[in-house]
Amino acid sequence: MPRDSGFRRLDETGAPVAFEIDGVAVAAREGDTVAAAMLAAGILAGRQTPVSGAPRGPFCMMGACFDCLVEIDGEPNCQACMTPVAPGMRVRRMRGARPLPEATADAG
Amino acid sequence: MPAETEVAVIGTGPAGLAAAEVLGAAGAGVMLLDEQPAPGGQIYRGLGSATPARLRVLGKDYAAGRGLLAALDRPGVSFTGGATVWEVTRGRSVSFSVAGVARQVAARQLILATGATERPMPFPGWTLPGVMTAGAGQILLKTSGLLPPVPLVLAGSGPLLFLLAAQYLAAGQEIAALVETTPPANRFLALPHLPGALAIPRYLLKGIGLLARIRRAGIPHFRAASGLRAEGEGRVEALSFTAEGRAHRLPCAALLIHCGVVPNVQASRALNLDHAWDERQKCWRPRLDRFGRTGADGILIAGDGGGITGAEAAAHGGRLAALAALAGLGRIDTAELDRRAAPERRALERHLRARPFLDALYAPSPEFLDPPDETILCRCEEVTAGKVRDFADLGCLGPNQAKAFGRPGMGPCQGRYCGLTVASVIAARRGVPVAEVGYYRIRPPLKPVTLGELAAMDLPDPADDDDGH
Repeated sequence: MPRDSGFRRLDETGAPVAFEIDGVAVAAREGDTVAAAMLAAGILAGRQTPVSGAPRGPFCMMGACFDCLVEIDGEPNCQACMTPVAPGMRVRRMRGARPLPEATADAG
Repeated sequence: MPAETEVAVIGTGPAGLAAAEVLGAAGAGVMLLDEQPAPGGQIYRGLGSATPARLRVLGKDYAAGRGLLAALDRPGVSFTGGATVWEVTRGRSVSFSVAGVARQVAARQLILATGATERPMPFPGWTLPGVMTAGAGQILLKTSGLLPPVPLVLAGSGPLLFLLAAQYLAAGQEIAALVETTPPANRFLALPHLPGALAIPRYLLKGIGLLARIRRAGIPHFRAASGLRAEGEGRVEALSFTAEGRAHRLPCAALLIHCGVVPNVQASRALNLDHAWDERQKCWRPRLDRFGRTGADGILIAGDGGGITGAEAAAHGGRLAALAALAGLGRIDTAELDRRAAPERRALERHLRARPFLDALYAPSPEFLDPPDETILCRCEEVTAGKVRDFADLGCLGPNQAKAFGRPGMGPCQGRYCGLTVASVIAARRGVPVAEVGYYRIRPPLKPVTLGELAAMDLPDPADDDDGH
């Protein structure tokens, strides 16, 4: 997983929280949002847009801009900046629009 | 059945907390809702769990919010954090979700204290990863003690940008440059308002102190910058701009931008309340009476959501709205309302006297209100300023109609980060005032909610309802 120079911590407080991003183990701190934990891990972009495929990452950190959308525990389009990180959480970066559920033959 | 409460307060920044204090002291039942897990709003975000190191870095004004947090300890006051409000109605029913479970509460009085958001500051490249708002940088510091990668460049204008710079310096953060976009003419336009600003001298003194700290630190400070452009492959790598006739290109790993704050009007718009264009603050604000009452019975607005006043003034506004709510509940009479409101209003008006100076001095640069063609205005649907100008040339009259032309404002943020700019670009192209082109019509849900959450809601059976069909 490509990692850039990330955000650094002023102080190391809060219990360590182990979760994963795209299958890679990442260490966060209790009290981090998923977006904060991603930025601390050096991941600035959590998705590619559905329109042009451009990379995007956390921008406003207060739930207004929706640029930090990621998949969390199988649910797509979650606001990473509004979701507290939890032990064992599985985060996936998103490419384009969320996939639609498989159509089933007996529907309708 | 839905829950009931005497007063519901949405948002727990200074306005919401101060309202709760007054309501709680009067023995009213208060339900406070906030989208964040802890109270405090953005200004006092993370205050309840701030470490000594963070308190030192963030400063006295931040720590002072602890007095307001004490409002939550009053009997009758309940706080629900992590509550995403996705619908409010004129009948004062509030629908919200907590951890994926949707609930509804009926309130006899409803106070919207939803605060401000940062003004959109569009320029080419502002969507690149690594470009964030100054508010975002400060939130990361408040909640996780995070400091951005270096080189770090701060760009834009407004008190928050200088405050953040000073807080970063206190934290030992290196700042490669401060690129100020304040138009030089603003100083002259602000000057006539200086006497008003002296009504609360500490605003000016704080600003002077912040600028002095930035100067002492020897940070390169570019003034009157224009033509901003963030560059990079996959993430921000540099900021280009022109200042005092010279072109600059500063390498950066993080670029934090800011050009003021504007009222968060999503809820008041969804309620279809009357809004007026405020030319001085270059934003829309709901029409309110002197207590924060709206045109809808029992619905009040307090704090920056009703027009930008700042944190201290917002607390006074919160208390005024709370008093009006107590009167609405019949808990106090008109005489008591007027008597108790008078000192709050005097204090609020002193703060408001300082606003014209600050509003004029930090009015956003015109380049962010009418940016170059290639600039993305609507981040969600990736609609550029050039496209919006094309829509106007084809006869598009305003932001609402622009949706049909090319989808600006129709992505998940619902126009929060493009509404003001789409309106100002269309207004400039048509040569009419912004007030004439209007704003997006905001509809529920205010935040995405799943069908599963809706289906699982415990609501009264429509058959039991007199109005049921």
